[in-house]
Amino acid sequence: MGEAVAPEVVVSREDLLVWYEQMALIRRVEELAAKAYTLRKILGFCHLYIGQEAVAVGAVAALEPKDQLITAYRLHGHALAKGISPRAVMAELFGKETGATHGIGGSMHMASKEHEFWGGYGIVGGHVPLGAGAAFANKYSGDGRVSITFLGDGAAQQGAFYEAICMAQLWKLPAIFVVENNYYAMGTSLERQSFLTDMSKRGAGVGMMHWQFEAFDVVDVYRNIKHAVDHARSGQGPVLLEAVTYRYRGHSMSDPAKYRAEGELDTHKKEHDGLKIVENRLRDLGVSDDEIKAIKDRVAEVAKDAYDFAESSPEPDATKLYDYIYAEP
Amino acid sequence: MAQLQLREALRRAMSEEMRRDERIFLMGEEVAYYDGAYKVSQGMLAEFGDKRVIDTPIAENGFCGIGIGAAMAGLRPIIEVMTWNFSLVAYDQIINNAAKIYQMTAGEFHVPIVFRGPVGAAENLGSQHSMALESLFAHFPGLKVVSTADPADAYGLLKTAIRDDDPVVFMESELLYGRSGEVPDEEFLIPFGQAAVKRDGTDVTLVTWNKQVFNCLEAAEVLAKEGISARVLDLRTLRPLDEEALYRCVAETHRMVVVQEGFAFAGVGAEIAARVTEACFDALDAPILRVTNLDVNQPYATNLEKLVMPSVKRIVDAARAVCSR
Repeated sequence: MGEAVAPEVVVSREDLLVWYEQMALIRRVEELAAKAYTLRKILGFCHLYIGQEAVAVGAVAALEPKDQLITAYRLHGHALAKGISPRAVMAELFGKETGATHGIGGSMHMASKEHEFWGGYGIVGGHVPLGAGAAFANKYSGDGRVSITFLGDGAAQQGAFYEAICMAQLWKLPAIFVVENNYYAMGTSLERQSFLTDMSKRGAGVGMMHWQFEAFDVVDVYRNIKHAVDHARSGQGPVLLEAVTYRYRGHSMSDPAKYRAEGELDTHKKEHDGLKIVENRLRDLGVSDDEIKAIKDRVAEVAKDAYDFAESSPEPDATKLYDYIYAEP
Repeated sequence: MAQLQLREALRRAMSEEMRRDERIFLMGEEVAYYDGAYKVSQGMLAEFGDKRVIDTPIAENGFCGIGIGAAMAGLRPIIEVMTWNFSLVAYDQIINNAAKIYQMTAGEFHVPIVFRGPVGAAENLGSQHSMALESLFAHFPGLKVVSTADPADAYGLLKTAIRDDDPVVFMESELLYGRSGEVPDEEFLIPFGQAAVKRDGTDVTLVTWNKQVFNCLEAAEVLAKEGISARVLDLRTLRPLDEEALYRCVAETHRMVVVQEGFAFAGVGAEIAARVTEACFDALDAPILRVTNLDVNQPYATNLEKLVMPSVKRIVDAARAVCSR
């Protein structure tokens, strides 16, 4: 199975407006999360997705709600894109009872069965077999669902990833694996951690359909993921993609990201910012600056509401501490 | 009442459950076309087909994780590890995913999965194929751990494991797969957390599980000739642990020896001794002793291996020691 080129697509003004609003919301929610972190309202690890929003939003747009999405620990963007409310996400970050997982999961482990958002895993690469397992169940049940698994360029060196793609291809599972290559595995740049710098080429070794694409423009993301989803859903087997992206913040909040080359971040913000790219697309479609500003204002309000909700919510109920160890105690 | 080998009892449990529930499937190395490395799944491919009896590549970390994902999606996988020795490359999946997902997601996702296979030393298999790993899995909340050897117990407990909504680690014994025992013809289930008295006695309780049950029964025979009446308590499940049975036995026999294959250090035997001492100190007439593997990884040669493993002689010596106080 070789490489593919996703065909061009026409995206409606309405869709683009929705995607823009989702991307802007993810960024605003995370900006407020960063602020809350500096005020010690959010603790522990907090891995921000800022800069990569186009990937989660464009990918989820190419899925059906019944399709499963699983990711690693940089998950806030995927969780919001898959439909978990900003209030539930922010309250989880604050460690509150009203959070998506009642303050148990935290930033790295929130999940929602209703939204087929499978969470949030902190062992690099360890979740990739679970995504293949979801696809195994989809094929076993014949329910027409596909699973999509997000991982980072660092996780593409893990054995669990390799074993998962071996069996996914062997059994022709309806699975999409998306390596979000944000160029840094924590602080180790791509070429210092892998001889091969296009992780989609790992697919060639197991005979899997694979290709790499630039993932700064949400339309490009949608187009490529849609092509992969169509392939998998039609029973032709899994696809391994590399989405070339870039994260603006450090690995986690405590990382000042001194490993970047000088000017690298500024260049990305100027030339590859997902939000700016969509804004330009919208202007080309005749959307006015006032309409764009109205979206930004609305997003700011929703994010602020989530922040206030999280802050005013109660702590988790300590009497429920043992409630989730066993389904059948 | 039929005489069934351990492997036949396990197979009967899996097959009955698979006939009952389409969501159950068996996956592992050599389970299908080879008919099982130890013939536990013999004939199951022929009955259920390759959709439900599935050979995997040699990739435990991968297929254990795929099983967990399938369980999260609503299926009920039985994952056979050829031996628990090989599960260590899947330890991350079993501990970090299977054991934790129900809690990490605050109950959003269940993981109804059974990981099963033989545990402990067989004979002359050397350092890497002879491990008793119960303690490593019983350590973590979120898993249920069964380790059992009697065919009837294995049948009833495996059926319970398959129907359980939590991840279950189910440990069998390579040396006992061919050993027969009586299994009632009618269907039955054995609940977790219930120890069984395999021989009654009044002077000392030998607490054990899996194949050490048979060493303990032999030791009890030897002790009986010396006038020491030993009770053999087979725990069968280590998580949940039947603490009530342990406390009742100490109240009645006042002396206890824990016979555990594997290492003493931070082992299940240490946990039992600690809990019983904490709860029943006044009922004890002697310190609880442990009979375990010697603190050395498994050697190959027969004489050295016999030296390392718990033996009837060492169990008898320990029982005599606690009874002489």
